[in-house]
Amino acid sequence: MLPTVSLSKSDWSLHRKGPIDQARHNERVKEAIKDSLGDIVSQESIITSDGKKIVKIPIRSLELPRFRFDRGRKKHAGQGQGGSKVGDVIGQEAGGQPRGPGKGKQAGEMPGIDYYEAEITVDELAALMFEDLGLPFLKPKGRALVESEEVRFDEVRKTGPLSNLDKRRTIRQNLMRNARAGRSGFGGLQNDDLRFKTWERRVKEESNAVVIAMRDVSGSMGEFEKYITRSFYFWMVRFLRTRYTQVQIVFITHHTEAKEVDEDTFFNLGESGGTKVSSAYQLALEIANERYPASEWNTYPFHFSDGDNWGEVDNQRCLDLVKALLARSNAFGYGEIQEGGRRSPSTLMSAFGQIRDPQFIGVTITKKEDVYPALKQFFSTRDESGLAAVAR
Amino acid sequence: MTPEEIRELERAIGEIWEIAGRVGLEPYPVHFELVPASIMYEFGAYGLPGRFSHWTHGRAYQQIKTQYDYGLSKIYELVINTNPAYAFLLENNSVLQNKLVAAHVLAHVDFFKNNAYFAHTNRSMLETVSINAERLRRYEFEHGQKAVEQLLDAVLSIQEHIDANPRLRVTPPEPPKRRSATPRPYDDIFALGEAKEDPPPPMPRKLPPQPEKDLLLFLADHAPDLEPWQRDVIHIVRAEQLYFLPQMQTKIMNEGWASFWHARILRELDLSSEEYVEFARLHSSVLSPSKRSVNPYYLGMKIFEDIERRWNEPSPEEREKLGRTAGQGLAKVFEVREVDNDASFLRNYLTKDLVEELDLYLYKLEGDQWVIAEKDWEAVRDTILAGMTNFGQPYIVVEDGDYRRGRELYLKHCHEGDDLDLEYADKTLKYVHQLWSRPVHLETLVEGKHTVLKYEGQHGRAIAGVK
Repeated sequence: MLPTVSLSKSDWSLHRKGPIDQARHNERVKEAIKDSLGDIVSQESIITSDGKKIVKIPIRSLELPRFRFDRGRKKHAGQGQGGSKVGDVIGQEAGGQPRGPGKGKQAGEMPGIDYYEAEITVDELAALMFEDLGLPFLKPKGRALVESEEVRFDEVRKTGPLSNLDKRRTIRQNLMRNARAGRSGFGGLQNDDLRFKTWERRVKEESNAVVIAMRDVSGSMGEFEKYITRSFYFWMVRFLRTRYTQVQIVFITHHTEAKEVDEDTFFNLGESGGTKVSSAYQLALEIANERYPASEWNTYPFHFSDGDNWGEVDNQRCLDLVKALLARSNAFGYGEIQEGGRRSPSTLMSAFGQIRDPQFIGVTITKKEDVYPALKQFFSTRDESGLAAVAR
Repeated sequence: MTPEEIRELERAIGEIWEIAGRVGLEPYPVHFELVPASIMYEFGAYGLPGRFSHWTHGRAYQQIKTQYDYGLSKIYELVINTNPAYAFLLENNSVLQNKLVAAHVLAHVDFFKNNAYFAHTNRSMLETVSINAERLRRYEFEHGQKAVEQLLDAVLSIQEHIDANPRLRVTPPEPPKRRSATPRPYDDIFALGEAKEDPPPPMPRKLPPQPEKDLLLFLADHAPDLEPWQRDVIHIVRAEQLYFLPQMQTKIMNEGWASFWHARILRELDLSSEEYVEFARLHSSVLSPSKRSVNPYYLGMKIFEDIERRWNEPSPEEREKLGRTAGQGLAKVFEVREVDNDASFLRNYLTKDLVEELDLYLYKLEGDQWVIAEKDWEAVRDTILAGMTNFGQPYIVVEDGDYRRGRELYLKHCHEGDDLDLEYADKTLKYVHQLWSRPVHLETLVEGKHTVLKYEGQHGRAIAGVK
């Protein structure tokens, strides 16, 4: 008779369905994060972090929606320890999220969370953001450096040019064959004994690129403008360092005068004064010509400003300098920040409007959410026919 | 558990089985399997071992695992309604914990076997879900993982909208037989003597003939553009959901029943005093009340105990008016276990005294605080009951599958006092649209106003005054 009740224990170590579907869930989390990158990218808490920090991102879309009641307006039943009264506060909404006791299917009975909080490091976030980005119009450059390839003989084969004959190994093979045949000593060399050295040519991939980051620190740059500039450059620097190990970044700040600064100063400087944009372009051109010859370097000047410039004369000078820079650069990026988009394009932007070169990329940013689209605008890899100068 | 502990547990399970039989439980044969925690969360997340893959199952797995890892909660047991039944015990539980769980499990299995609402469940569901999972894997292979996932997303979002009582569905009246379409010779002569009859008015093309609760079935049968494999996926999800339905209908009863019996059976076991202390602690932690929800284990057990007491010692009034004789407690308890579901169980047996004794209340959101709003026993009972109606899901029916004569889908929410979460309704409607592939509408009440949500590629909302 079959037992009516039994107990056993099996090996479950190969059972891995849960973890596999969990991985798919995590993928969905990443997809959801990617969908809302625009909002996430401009979050202050991320930009001020050191990059190692874990940021928490609420994602609503991960819940499968259902037809359900409006929980906030419903009465729910609960149970006291005895002596509860009408008016007693039993909990706090918002922030303190109530959680179900989580007994299997029972978990979600409570009024409470509908969103999932994903934890992700800034680096992971950056990797997600930059998946589709790249330096535009990047060309193979810096042959001189690339030529420093090394040749390593690291393999031995039975065939090859005689000039590469490995004599030591060949003699050894001959001795061994003779020994197997019961003879001692060298002699009766056959093709089968020959050993050749072969080599591998290792080319160290070098894409020499320099990004010249220019930042307007004049008095007209308000909190919003400064924030956007910092935010954009924060991600840009992170992006460049993630994707292009060899990239160099030159930092330039300007008001009426331009100067080259180090990274810290660039991000933290808050100066004031008038604006003479041409000073920055002039300095950028000088630095580029002196230190980064166009034959060896992919050059990318970027400039962020509110477009308030000294006057028409300087705008004209800017235009000439940008043309000069374009002539020796892969692309020139200009980002104009106008909070709320209140004005028509600045006179500077209007002057740039004359440029027909697809390698000039102009972007207008009016709100925080525009930062990510701007990054995509600047750093979408494109060919010569690529569109540019699309102001939002 | 060490081999000796396993032998000890095996022996105890035999004893528990005997006691269960002695006190009147009649479970199916049960096979217990000791599993590691990871397997336990997995089965918990999927509802059944071997069920199909979907990211929501992975999400549940992760949540349960996290809660376990942080010591927030623990699944002690998982029991499957099949014949023979299967139950999973945590291998790193103590012997005593697993003894208690085994007793709890036997009562669950007795409930599965004897409660009327389980009478038609598929008792070989483990095989069925494996076959279903295999079919879905094949569809993934044939149509791509993405296509299957997108379909499942849509179907699972409305999986609760099935009909538990399809047998009660009224069959549509047969359309009147029309005369043979091809004219026969001499028809005209035969017709001469007859009064000129008006041709019968064409039947209004109404689909469904009556409002249809089983949205999944309706979509599987009538969605205009689905491929056969997609209809099959809907049927798979529906069949599995039908299996889970009685469990949703009887949660309080089922957990109450199991708790009622595990306590009694354990008291009959020969426990050491240490074991007894551990048992008492575990028992009270399972039954601890919660400020924000009703603990089904506790509420259900208290009601069963109350029934037993009231039928054992009827009041003079009950003796006289209802002719109740003393000592019928257990008989009554077994009868209730057979015929009731949560809704009738609470309606019939959650008394004023119990509501007060258990300190049950209603609370609601005021500002950002949850505040006790009501202690009146009938209001409390009725609200808990309302939550049982249609398993706490909004009651939605298909009104018209050919709305505006354009095969648009018109759904209606049978409003019973609680408004829908509109944000969720909009999102869900989008999924319905994905399945139906023509515009979909949902009629409901929003703050008393007659409102129709619609999705036809994008959302719209019409409010048509107070109805």
